[in-house]
Amino acid sequence: MTSLAGGYGPTQVLYDVSVEVGEGEIVGLLGRNGMGKTTTISTMFGLLAPSSGSISFDGAQIAGHRPFQISRRGLSLVPEGRQVFPLLTVQQNLEATVRASVSGDRRWTVGTVFELFPQLADRRQNLGVHLSGGEQQMLAIGRALVMNPRLLVLDEATEGLAPTVRAAIFAVLRILKEQGQSILIVDAYLQKLLTLTDRNVVIEKGRTVWSGTTEDLIASPGVADRYLGVGV
Amino acid sequence: MQLFVEQTLNGLQLGFTLLMVSAGLTLIFGIMNIINLAHGSLFMVGAFVAADVGGRTGNYAVALLAGTAAAAVVGMFVEFVLIRRLYLRDHLDQVLATFALVLMANEAVQMIWGTRPGGVSTPAFLDRTVTVFPGLPYPAYRLAIIAAGIAAISSLYLLVDRTRIGMWIRAGTTHRELLGAFGVNVRLLYTLVFAIGAGLAGFAGVVASPFLSVESGVGDNFLILSFVVIVVGGIGSLKGAVYGSLLLGLVDTWARTYLPLGFDGFLDASTAATVGASVASASIYVVMIVVLVVKPNGLFGLPDG
Ligand SMILES: Nc1ncnc2c1ncn2[C@@H]1O[C@H](COP(=O)(O)OP(=O)(O)OP(=O)(O)O)[C@@H](O)[C@H]1O
Ligand SMILES: [Mg+2]
Repeated sequence: MTSLAGGYGPTQVLYDVSVEVGEGEIVGLLGRNGMGKTTTISTMFGLLAPSSGSISFDGAQIAGHRPFQISRRGLSLVPEGRQVFPLLTVQQNLEATVRASVSGDRRWTVGTVFELFPQLADRRQNLGVHLSGGEQQMLAIGRALVMNPRLLVLDEATEGLAPTVRAAIFAVLRILKEQGQSILIVDAYLQKLLTLTDRNVVIEKGRTVWSGTTEDLIASPGVADRYLGVGV
Repeated sequence: MQLFVEQTLNGLQLGFTLLMVSAGLTLIFGIMNIINLAHGSLFMVGAFVAADVGGRTGNYAVALLAGTAAAAVVGMFVEFVLIRRLYLRDHLDQVLATFALVLMANEAVQMIWGTRPGGVSTPAFLDRTVTVFPGLPYPAYRLAIIAAGIAAISSLYLLVDRTRIGMWIRAGTTHRELLGAFGVNVRLLYTLVFAIGAGLAGFAGVVASPFLSVESGVGDNFLILSFVVIVVGGIGSLKGAVYGSLLLGLVDTWARTYLPLGFDGFLDASTAATVGASVASASIYVVMIVVLVVKPNGLFGLPDG
């Protein structure tokens, strides 16, 4: 994603955002509340139209494409606020999106997601609307995984969860990291997040203001202080 | 007793015809959130095309197929040129735009077919009666409508409940925008849903046409009844459409039969018939009011929020 600009209709939110995720890499997208992280992700998925800049994926330009076209190239989303389909059962939430990867691989299926989150398997016939927050979050991750994405994008996947559930989610993300899954992640728990990411991009008011490796970020505490309002 | 059985069957037949119209309306209004006043025009398209094709070929099956397909294709076309521009507009815009469609459709069928097209005659093998109850011969064609209604609605239910397309339809009810990010071509999905609803309305228009005078505006009455059905059944609920249609079909038919008889006791025969008929035509609205007082979201409507 290079020099992306955009927003909601007349309201410009993004001015100059550049983010890059390499094959097998985990990249953290950091920034305080309201800085444009979710907007960046929505634009990436074609849910919002960029006003300028380019988004390329796997060598192809995808800016301005429709969401389903972008998604079918191998991007999948765990949206902010979970957004599981409330009128579908747990099982159907997964069946609705299950798909082989672009290269035909089917590592993640409804069955393997249930192995990853046994708690979901117990509730497979329950409607999405009846799940607890933690279960909804697991389902949102499972729903993105069964698409066997080349790039998994997680927006605040541990927001508002009990510490044990949050830890469980981070444990799953670690498994994904070991499997070489490429991930772009937004998460408020910086300490935990940095144990996962290879590189990080910091945005402020719709502009990329810093990017570099996790070691560099930890080695330059001024960055976190200044843009994130926390120490590392 | 014979009268009761006969009128109950008539009521079910009206109910199932109504259900085929209102199930489509439920998909379009309840799920796609579009108020489509032209849904009755699709009923009319089915009836007219079937009358035309039936008149030419004399073959009921071909007429049924042609009427249903024509309505589905017209529906798809209408969705493509007009309806998809209305998804994000408010209901008033939708009412105005689709009301314009009703006027255009009513003119168009007159321009194409004149005021009286040929009629569909019932197929020979159904053109007889079946003794459904001792001493009660009942037209086989009416029974066939009940059967066709059951078949059509069961298929629709299986589609929505069991298939992936059905899952997307239900997911789109609450997350239309986001669904695209999961690889679903939402525009195409909605065109398809609209075509299914239109096809069902057209199908209903064909099967009901032997009882109707096929003329411009023939579907309008069914449209109004269908809106009453979905308000009674609960907006967006297919189950509600089933119960609502059958309830209103039965109430309407019973009321038209028994109210004139009831007034007969204390009015002279012709006055009783007139008074009874006009009270009967209000009966479904009485049902609607009662249901809404007891359950403001309809029988199976989701609670607000
Ligand atoms: N639908 C919308 N219409 C107009 N402006 C919006 C809309 N959604 C968000 N914004 C604005 O865009 C800006 C960026 O919001 P965004 O949700 O991208 O931030 P974020 O970095 O994801 O924040 P958070 O950490 O709170 O999730 C904010 O100023 C917000 O008020
Ligand atoms: Mg956000």
